Formats: sequence, structure tokens, C-alpha cells
Amino acid sequence: MSEHVSSPKFYFLIFAALMVLTAATVWVATLDLGAANDIVAMAVAVTKATLVVLFFMHVRYSTRLTALTVLASLFWLGLLLLVTLSDYWTRGIVGIPGK
Amino acid sequence: MASVPADRQSHHAAHPPAHQAAHHPALQHHFDNLEQQKESATFGMWLFLVTEVLFFGGLFLAYLVYRTQYSAAFVAGSHHLDVKLGVINTGVLIGSSLTMAMGVWAAQVNRRKATVVFLLLTILLGGVFLGIKGVEYSHKFHDNLVPGPHFTTDQSVFPGVNLRHVEIFYSLYFIMTGLHATHMVVGIGILAVLAVFAWRGKYSSAYYNPVECTGLYWHFVDIVWIFLFPLLYLLGAHAR
Repeated sequence: MSEHVSSPKFYFLIFAALMVLTAATVWVATLDLGAANDIVAMAVAVTKATLVVLFFMHVRYSTRLTALTVLASLFWLGLLLLVTLSDYWTRGIVGIPGK
Repeated sequence: MASVPADRQSHHAAHPPAHQAAHHPALQHHFDNLEQQKESATFGMWLFLVTEVLFFGGLFLAYLVYRTQYSAAFVAGSHHLDVKLGVINTGVLIGSSLTMAMGVWAAQVNRRKATVVFLLLTILLGGVFLGIKGVEYSHKFHDNLVPGPHFTTDQSVFPGVNLRHVEIFYSLYFIMTGLHATHMVVGIGILAVLAVFAWRGKYSSAYYNPVECTGLYWHFVDIVWIFLFPLLYLLGAHAR
């Protein structure tokens, strides 16, 4: 079997990176950056999640079918958020006659 | 990968029954080999995780809708959460993901005792997380911040914002962290069963699908927290 086995050292490295990113996001949150606070916090969270998915969850070494399944989850989550928020976040921008 | 029936027949014909008897005991009869079985198990687990992404996705969506609607109340509500405990729990949970990954590694390299130890460590860290969560919840009960008839009417705690809107923040806080904690309780239960099976030597480099799939589940729960932590705890941090 062509099984990829990551070394414990590598796992500890990913763990260290996740901890550093956690410290960074907590520190940035104490600064008042306005709307940029949320953008930085989400960028760090997405980075952390990507590290977990690729290396702890072995997607980096998995079959294309698995990678496609992961992307499919993001696609459907994107649809859910995009379609709903494109309604809620644009209310009041466009004047609706009779409302 | 899947082979056509003709291939399978020739495959069987080419190998004497002795080969059949040598099949790994964990290999289910409807799979050609352990590799195909592992691919199927991983694929199935990921399909389940897709439904989980959308399950939690609905709550994240609700959070985003109300957060933009009642922005000031959400900052005030978030401000009242204990960032220190949130940070500690984030570290604990990421640590449990490390021990989980190490548990899978130990199974991959045939280290039976190490597999058991790492699974037990993961259970322990999961337990620490839930304990800290329990401390936080009890603080919220004590401060009358649990949504419902007893939700605080003391405007001095949240000056200048509508308390009903703060209550919505706490509703989402309890539902999202509660659903997350429920997943952890389930995960700990599965890990306990795995630890027993691992101790009995059920897993090896040839067969460790249950450890791998439980790992996928555990890491997914970790990812949910990776997003919950900044959205709930850090939102009001710079207002301190």
C-alpha cells in the first residue's frame, strides 16, 4: 500500500504553527483596526483550518476523490452563505417600491 | 481501485484458496483489498463531514446575519466572555488534535501501546476542554446570561445596547458551543471504544481505518472551534 506516514516531528511542527497563529490572532484582536479586525481574525482561522485539513487530516496525501469532497463542502457552504447574505446584507441598499 | 468482474475472476483464478485464507481478518468481503476498503471508509467519513460542515454552516450563517444586524450588542456580549479561558481551551483542543494525529501515526507504525496512550491523552485533553467549558457555562448561569426568562435586565452590565440583542448573541453562543461540546462528548465516547480495541491489538499498519476516520472527525471538531473562538471571544477584545 502506498500509505504516506508523516513523522511525529512534522506533526509537532504543525502544532507549533497552530499555536503561534492562535497567539497572533489573540494579539491582533487587542488592537483596534476597525473592520480589519474581522478580516485578520478570519484569515488566521482559515490558515489554521487549512493546516489541519491538509496535514492532520492527510488531505495533502489523499486521493483526488477526497480532495474533491473537501472542495465540495466548501462549495456548498459558500452557496449557503453567499445566497443568504446577498439578501440580508443588501437590504436597505436597494429601495423596494411599496415597502 | 475497483476492478471489473472479469478482472476479479481472473484474479481469483490466478490465486489458490490458500491466498484467500491469508486475507487480513479486517477485510470485509465486499472489498477487493484493504486499500480499496480504506479509500471507501475515508470517502464515506468525508461525505459525513460535508453534512457536518453544512450543519454548523447554518449556525455560522445565523451568527453572521444577526452580528451585522446587532453589531454593537454582539461586541458588548463578546466583551463579557472570558478570553483567557477561550485561549486556554483553544490550546487544549489543538493539543488534542496533535495527540489524535499521533495516535493515527502510532497505529500506522504498529505501536500498539503508543496508540492506546495517544488515544487516552486525546480523551484527557477533550475532558479538560469540556471541564473548562463547564466552568464558563456556570459563570454565565451565575451572571444571568443564559437566554430565557432569567436573562439579565441589568442595563449597567451592557451599557448603551439593547439587552434583547445581547440575548441573541448568548443564544448563538450557547447553541454553537453547545453543539460543538456535544460533538466532543460523542468523540470521547468513540475514542474510548477505540482505545479498548487498540489495546486488544485490533489496529496495525495494514488496518487502522477506525482510528483514521475518528481522527478526521476529531480534527473537524477542532476546526469548528478554530472559527468559533475568534467569532465569539475575540470580537469584543479590542474594546477592553
